[in-house]
Order: sequence, then structure tokens, then C-alpha cells
Amino acid sequence: MIEIKDLFIKFPGFALEDINLSIQDGEFFMLLGPTGAGKTLIIEAIAGIVPITGGRILVKGKEITRLTPEQRGTGIVYQDYALFPHLSVLKNITYGLRYHRTNPNTSKKRVTWLMEQLGLQPLVQRSIHNLSGGEKQRIALARALAVNPSVLLLDEPLSALDPNFREDIRDLLKKLHQEVETTFLMVTHDFAEAMFLGERMAVLNDGKIDQIGPVHEVFHKPATPFVAKFMGIKNVFHASFRNKKARVNNLELHLQSPPGENKCYVAIRPEDIIISKNGASGNDINSFQGKVMGITDRGLYFEVSAGTGNVIFRVMLSKNDFFKLELQKNKDIHISIRSSAIHVF
Amino acid sequence: MVTKRKIDPFFWIAVFSTCTVVIFILFPLTEMVLQPSAQDLKDSIYDPDVLRSIGLSIYTSGMAALISFLIGTPFAYLLARKNFFGKKLVESIIDLPIMIPHPVVGIAILGLAGKNHWLGQFMQQVGIQIMGTVTGIVTVLTFVGLPFYVNTVKAGFEAIPVRLENISRSLGASLSETFLRVTFRLAWRSMLVGIIMCSARAISEFGAVVIVAYHPMIAPVMIYERFTAYGIKYSQPVAVWLIGVSLVLFLLLRICSLPKENQT
Repeated sequence: MIEIKDLFIKFPGFALEDINLSIQDGEFFMLLGPTGAGKTLIIEAIAGIVPITGGRILVKGKEITRLTPEQRGTGIVYQDYALFPHLSVLKNITYGLRYHRTNPNTSKKRVTWLMEQLGLQPLVQRSIHNLSGGEKQRIALARALAVNPSVLLLDEPLSALDPNFREDIRDLLKKLHQEVETTFLMVTHDFAEAMFLGERMAVLNDGKIDQIGPVHEVFHKPATPFVAKFMGIKNVFHASFRNKKARVNNLELHLQSPPGENKCYVAIRPEDIIISKNGASGNDINSFQGKVMGITDRGLYFEVSAGTGNVIFRVMLSKNDFFKLELQKNKDIHISIRSSAIHVF
Repeated sequence: MVTKRKIDPFFWIAVFSTCTVVIFILFPLTEMVLQPSAQDLKDSIYDPDVLRSIGLSIYTSGMAALISFLIGTPFAYLLARKNFFGKKLVESIIDLPIMIPHPVVGIAILGLAGKNHWLGQFMQQVGIQIMGTVTGIVTVLTFVGLPFYVNTVKAGFEAIPVRLENISRSLGASLSETFLRVTFRLAWRSMLVGIIMCSARAISEFGAVVIVAYHPMIAPVMIYERFTAYGIKYSQPVAVWLIGVSLVLFLLLRICSLPKENQT
């Protein structure tokens, strides 16, 4: 288990404050946040690379706050691979073995196994120059896992890769995590990656943690407007509540259940809003007359701004639906939202 | 229709200034190299005094570079990697020897080594003499050459991603092992360039050496002596040999420091 208690790191112009995390043994934990939120800083604090101003870090119950990086047993994989340019592929992978007192047979077996899993055997004797990004990242993974670290810290390991390699490595990460006992802690700014790989995640916003929870919970039930927007929820509105109703400006939305205390926002995923010609009816459906305010082609789908009264919803439409509805700007349409699709927080 | 590309006047200014600079540097030097006759050159290289002085020049500059390497490398690493209070001040201190007039360097060092200073008294007791010795020459040359080594190697260390060192540490290597297995392996070229810069600076030093040790005579001092005693004709051949020998040495080191084709 990794426990981070009241971690505090101060730099001129930036501070990471009140970071409290506890990550289970063998868990795949995601640290999500925009650039500059301090994600990498947390990882480097765990690895002992950046000095911390306050707080404690424990791994498996043992305090490592004051240990040097080489005493911590944490592996790191960076976005830019950080392979040793003067060493061959094999020498990169076996770099750390001499510092770990394991039976040479065991470590040799482990290295062979890792190279098999990562498909690295054909490259063993090559220099690391002229390899593809995907190959480099697989070497970096093998190098970090070869010494059997208790925690593997992954700093946006997929961000620098071409889209086709990215999926390969993503799948590999998932497979590796299932096969080794190492705890994975990965930093990313892509919630889709987090959803695919992670079990739980923490969302970081400007040096503070906004929300921690299982990935699906954070995805569907964000706790702050920031987390909601980060999870791709484009419709977040201030709202006032009465009984089972929410009021956004002049628009009344029926909720599935009473909202509870201290709620200020409603959030609706853009793919949960339905645009139709004739409207839908039913007990649990909010339906409004509206107008198309704008259309943006997003490549794989269309994003349509649909307005009713003084509220504008952003709606995701498949290309197929879009053409069926023959949408154009200022066209009259119906907007329907299931009450179960409205998240209140 | 083909439109003629207009050449900006700045281009011609740049060409003119390039030619001026190159001629300004090369013309006096080539003239000096070409003026002595083959016989003069031959005579002077058979002169044991000349050989000894050139040898001493190379030896003392080499020693200065070696000392700079030993004490300058960890220092340059610290400057490249760590931020600490007063770093800017330390960086300006290391540049001081570059701007101080050369005789002043000699006087400063002699002031320490004299009988009136406790350090001079102590050195006398343990048998170290600065005035008029090879030790003195090496001391002075290290003083003037060190900044060139430190600044070059510092830039070399800065060019190595700190992440490589982080990875090495996380894999279990200590700071010194990381330095030997990663940093040094990647920075040795810049150290070689630093050694070239340092010894080049050292071999050209005259003003400070002439104050601390007129004898034993290094080549620049001998060139000066021949000039004052016998005139320009007798000093030129020695200068040509000094330039020739240093050029060959520096060229060899430069070739060693060039990266191989397949590495970047």
C-alpha cells in the first residue's frame, strides 16, 4: 500500500497542498489532471526526486519520506522514455539488476519473461537509436519492471506515442498489470485512458485533489464542476432545487430522486441528450422545444448547440443521426433528457 | 516570368564583415609562419632550450588541465544540477580569472606565496615553492584555465537530461554510481572539449607566468626574451613551433571529441 499523508510541496509560484492518497497493493491507480496541475510532482515526490516541504509517504507501512531515490524501490517510466542513449537495448533493461540482490537465475528469468511479454527479443542487441516510440516505451517498461519494484510510477507513458502505438502500449500496460504484483500509479490528462486502465482515480486541479474514487464513479458522478468538465461533461449548470425539480435559469428539469442537501449544480453528458423532430414523452423524460444554435463537425461525431429558453445544451450526435435529422442552424427541434441522466452535485 | 531575387544589403554587410574578421586573424599569423626561412626553423628546433621550453609549456598546460579536470568536474556538476543560495555569486567568482589583467593574477598568487604571508610560510615548511618553479607555473595556469574548463563542462552536464539520472537512481544506483555509469559516459566529450579549452588558455598565458616564474622558461616567455634580446627574427621560429605543436595536439583531441556518425 502507498500512503501519502498531507503532502505539501512548495515552489515559487506553485504549491501542491493537502495531498492525501492511499493506494492499495496491486492496484492500478490513475492520477488525472490538466497540464500544470502537479501530477508529475506527486510521482517524483514518491520516487524521491523532488524535495518535499511537508508530509509523509509510506510504502507497505514503511516510511520512505527521507530515503534516497535508490532506497525506495520505485520504478519510473517517463513520457519521453528516458532510455540511456549510450547503452544497448539489453543493457538498458538490465541496468538496475546489479543493485538488487536476487538470485541471478530469478532475475534472468524475469528479464526473459518481460522481454517475451513486451515482444523485445528481436531488439536485444540493437542500439536504442532508430527505434520507434512504441519500442522505446516497451524497453522503458521492461527496464523499470526488471528490478521488481513495489510501485511502478508512470508519467504520461502514452502521450508521446503515435495513436496506433498508443493503443498497443495501453493494452500491454493492462496485461502487464494483471500479471505482475506491482502497484501501478499512472499520471495522465486523458480520461479515456484512465477509464480503460484504472481501477480508482484522483483528479488533481491546480495543486489540490478535487475528487478520489473508483473510475466509473468519478466519471458518472463528478464532485465539482472542474471534474465534470474534465470528464467530458460539457453541460454543467448552476441550479436551484425544490423537491424533485431543478431550476436552471427558467428551465425546469425533473430529477429521478430528491437532490439532497447542499447541491448547487446539475451536469448532463452531451451524449445523454437526445435531439428529435417530434419529441419524446414519458414520465421520466424532460422534453423541451428548442432551436439549433450551432453545429461543429468533430470528425467522428457532430457537436450541436441546442437552445431552449436561455439555456444552451451541447449535444453529441453520431454522423448518422445528424444526417437523418437534417439539422441546420435555427431549425426547430425537440430536446429530451432522461431524468436519470441528470447528475446533481 | 522569372523575377530576380533581391538580395538584402545586410547580406553584403555580413559577407564583408566575415572577410574582415577572417583576414584580420589569419593574415598576421600566416605572415609570421611564412616569414622564417626553413633554415631558421631547423636551427631553432635543434636548439635544446627551445625544445625544453615548448615541452615545458605543453607539460604545464597539460597539468593545469588535469587539475582542472579533477577539481573542476564535481564543481561543474554541482553548478549544472543544483540551485542554491548564492549560486549566481559563485558563477561570477569562477569567471573572475577571465577578466583580471594577467600580471595581476601573477602578483596575487605571489603575494600568497611570499614569506610575509602565513600560507607562504606554511608552504615553505612543507617544501612547496611557487616563485620560479614548475609548481608556480602550473598554479598560475590552473588559475587562468579553470574557468574555461568549468564553464564548458557545466554546459555539457546541463545538456544531459536529468531524467536519465533520476531513472538510474530509481533503479538502485547511488549518486556516485549514477555519475559514473550515466552522466560521465554521456559528458566525456564535453570534458575533453573543456580540457582543450583549458589547456589552450593555459598554453597562451604569458603575463602571469612571467611574474611568478621567468625561469624555468615556458615557450611564451622564451619568445618574449628572444624578441627583446635579439629582435623579431629570432623570436618568430620559436613561435611557429609552439603554434605548430599545439595545433597538432588540439586537433587530435578535437577529433577524439567528435561524435560518431551513428550517435547523436
